Amino acid sequence: MSEQPKFKVTVDNISIEVPAGTTILNAARMIGGDVTPPAMCYYSKLKDSGGKCRTCLVEVSKGSDKDPRPMPKLVASCRTTVMDGMEVKNITSEKVVDARKGIVEFLLINHPLDCPVCDQAGECDLQNLSYEHGSEGTRYEFKRRTFEKEDIGPYISLHMNRCIMCFRCVFTADQLTDKREHGILERGDHAQISTMLNKALDHDFIGNVIDVCPVGALTDKTFRFKNRVWFTKPLDAHRDCSNPKCGGKVRLWMRGEEVFRVTARKDQWGEVEEFICNECRFHKKETRDWVIEGPSVIARSSVISQGHYVGTKKSQVLIDKVIGKQPKYLLDIHDISDVNRPEIDLSKIEGPAHSSDFKR
Amino acid sequence: MAVKLLLENDHIEGIRYYDTYRKHGGYRAAEKAFKMATADIVEEVKKSGLRGRGGAGFPTGMKWSFLAKPEGVPRHLVCNADESEPGTFKDRYLMEFHPHLFVEGLLISSFALGSNHTYIYIRGEYAWIVDILEQAIAEAKNNGWLGKNILGSGFDCEIYVHRGAGAYICGEETALIESLEGKRGNPRMKPPFPAIQGVWMRPTVVNNVETIASVVPIINMGGEEYAKIGVGKSTGTKLLSACGNINKPGVYEIDMTISVEEFIYSDEYCGGIPKGKRLKACIPGGSSVPIIPANLLLKTAKGQTRYMNYESLADGGFVYGSMMGSGGFIVLDEDQCVVRHTMSLARFYNHESCGQCSPCREGTGWMYKILKNLEYGKGKISDIDLLWDIQRKIEGNTICPLGDAAAWPVAAAIRHFRDEFEWHVLNPDESQKRNYGLAHYADPIHVPASA
Repeated sequence: MSEQPKFKVTVDNISIEVPAGTTILNAARMIGGDVTPPAMCYYSKLKDSGGKCRTCLVEVSKGSDKDPRPMPKLVASCRTTVMDGMEVKNITSEKVVDARKGIVEFLLINHPLDCPVCDQAGECDLQNLSYEHGSEGTRYEFKRRTFEKEDIGPYISLHMNRCIMCFRCVFTADQLTDKREHGILERGDHAQISTMLNKALDHDFIGNVIDVCPVGALTDKTFRFKNRVWFTKPLDAHRDCSNPKCGGKVRLWMRGEEVFRVTARKDQWGEVEEFICNECRFHKKETRDWVIEGPSVIARSSVISQGHYVGTKKSQVLIDKVIGKQPKYLLDIHDISDVNRPEIDLSKIEGPAHSSDFKR
Repeated sequence: MAVKLLLENDHIEGIRYYDTYRKHGGYRAAEKAFKMATADIVEEVKKSGLRGRGGAGFPTGMKWSFLAKPEGVPRHLVCNADESEPGTFKDRYLMEFHPHLFVEGLLISSFALGSNHTYIYIRGEYAWIVDILEQAIAEAKNNGWLGKNILGSGFDCEIYVHRGAGAYICGEETALIESLEGKRGNPRMKPPFPAIQGVWMRPTVVNNVETIASVVPIINMGGEEYAKIGVGKSTGTKLLSACGNINKPGVYEIDMTISVEEFIYSDEYCGGIPKGKRLKACIPGGSSVPIIPANLLLKTAKGQTRYMNYESLADGGFVYGSMMGSGGFIVLDEDQCVVRHTMSLARFYNHESCGQCSPCREGTGWMYKILKNLEYGKGKISDIDLLWDIQRKIEGNTICPLGDAAAWPVAAAIRHFRDEFEWHVLNPDESQKRNYGLAHYADPIHVPASA
């Protein structure tokens, strides 16, 4: 087989050679850093995804060496393949920055600002996007759009108000399961993810829709309200999964000795490396189920890495050396508080913890 | 008397039926075409300079020549009869009263493009036209114009009518293809273009009804003769569906040489504005194209007379001009409120957005809500600038042209009628009782002297 031709493409004045057929977004990802456009709907593991959210719009200031004309409109970098000699402007183009700001605003006008009670907070692509590319405040003065709640089964919680219509979960169900049970109903601003007749999503790979969801629209019911992701400690682990399609390579989200949540491992672009089965995700919540490989590498910029940077040293407690004896505390909070009982495993409680769970 | 090609036999009773149509020269073009080489038919269409009549005005011959022809892969012709643009109803007239002209056009085009299975994707609301078309197709088939080995040429062709389910977005060619395949009518990402991968990933040409029908006179008279009608790059005749505040609303065929003023006021066409009222504004090409005030409609910014053709209507770009579009000519008299009018268009686009890409899904609803506030006297001056900013961020950033189509009318309304919007904000109570009126919108505009 002859070697694939290489195309030279320049993104924000940084040149790189990529194989023909690469999209602008993937070329920019090869360069990495700030020149990579954000992507809310594109998912490299899912065929046909992308092109919908429009956050990855870039300006093509030179089409190619053969045809140097610039492209008339901003193009979706996730769906546009590179040409030899193409010059792309991302953050160096005012048009792109302005358009992206507009897109973020559009995505946020109907998105509920319930981050304080949303399980996705801390690992939410929309949070990151609006922090990096959005503007402060909103110009929207109308009631936000809401949807009726729909129950889609015992493991996955659908919160349609938060959905940004990336279609990733639809592609996931299409490509990982034999029969897709959910899809898009209605159109326009009332388009919604639904199963139409309140069916439960039931397939041994359907749990992956939780991982691909960029926002808190699809969350894990077995983890809901139990903990904040930045309080948990991500560890890479594996097990021998009996499902032939599942590699059993996962990320455990631990707090102390408890496994709070199991997800697939994600790469630096927030994309799942290997899809995992429901058995691994929802039912193996004991440390003894897993062979732990070590702490996961989480980007420093992520809120999840707060407090557990690799190699940080804890400062020594010196109070006993200073006063020459162990300090006598006036009060041990556990003696008088009903709520803070360390022997109760928060991860074992059904649903969110209430004060009644701590009653003696 | 202007040249008429498509509606030449409009006065003949029963032209809808095969026998009458055949007696008046019907299927003559098909007979001629089947003796030609397919490449020559495409060449004739190219020479004719025929431009797509669906709205964008892309040269049809060029579109046909882009069609990929891989060995062993079937090709398809799909006719876009999903005419849902507010103000446009020319295709309905053509299909309802001249179905055989349409079928003949489809037959010739299918032969030229090598499409053995040709589809008519018709708007769901045109339920009765489906019967008319199917009857026409059956008649054509009974007389040997469709089916196997047509006229002994060895060419097989079947035409199928497929009904849409009432979505404007399915008039966009890739959404139409998705819908035809039985999927949700969401526009596809381009490239690949339909000419390479269309219906069932096969090369496909999607053409408007009027474009297809125009192929018949082109073959009859020859491309070069056809190109002599009209001016410049606006060749041939164009159907216009005139509506709004005019005396004679209806479908008219023009040869693109008459002025806009003549079209509105002459008795041959619209017959002027009822009750002697004055002209305020006009949307010359269906709801998606920019609205322009009377003074810019009749004269271009350079002070020249504006004609009813592609170039002249677009003269001055979007700042001073508009577009020919799909030919839905909507006239507004002095008693019409541009704010209300813009609001109802924004409601339409909000309702018809497919919800696939974010700017259009969220932006159209936002624009509609702001316009509703402005119309009902609850708006603020800053809302007008906000509206401008929203439309600017929708336009050009969406997958398909519906985003542009939603943004342009709003942009044009603010550009030309900003004082009417401001009047609505500053006089919230009065604006609920009366309209702004004509104001200065028909005043002659100052033309700077040029060398």
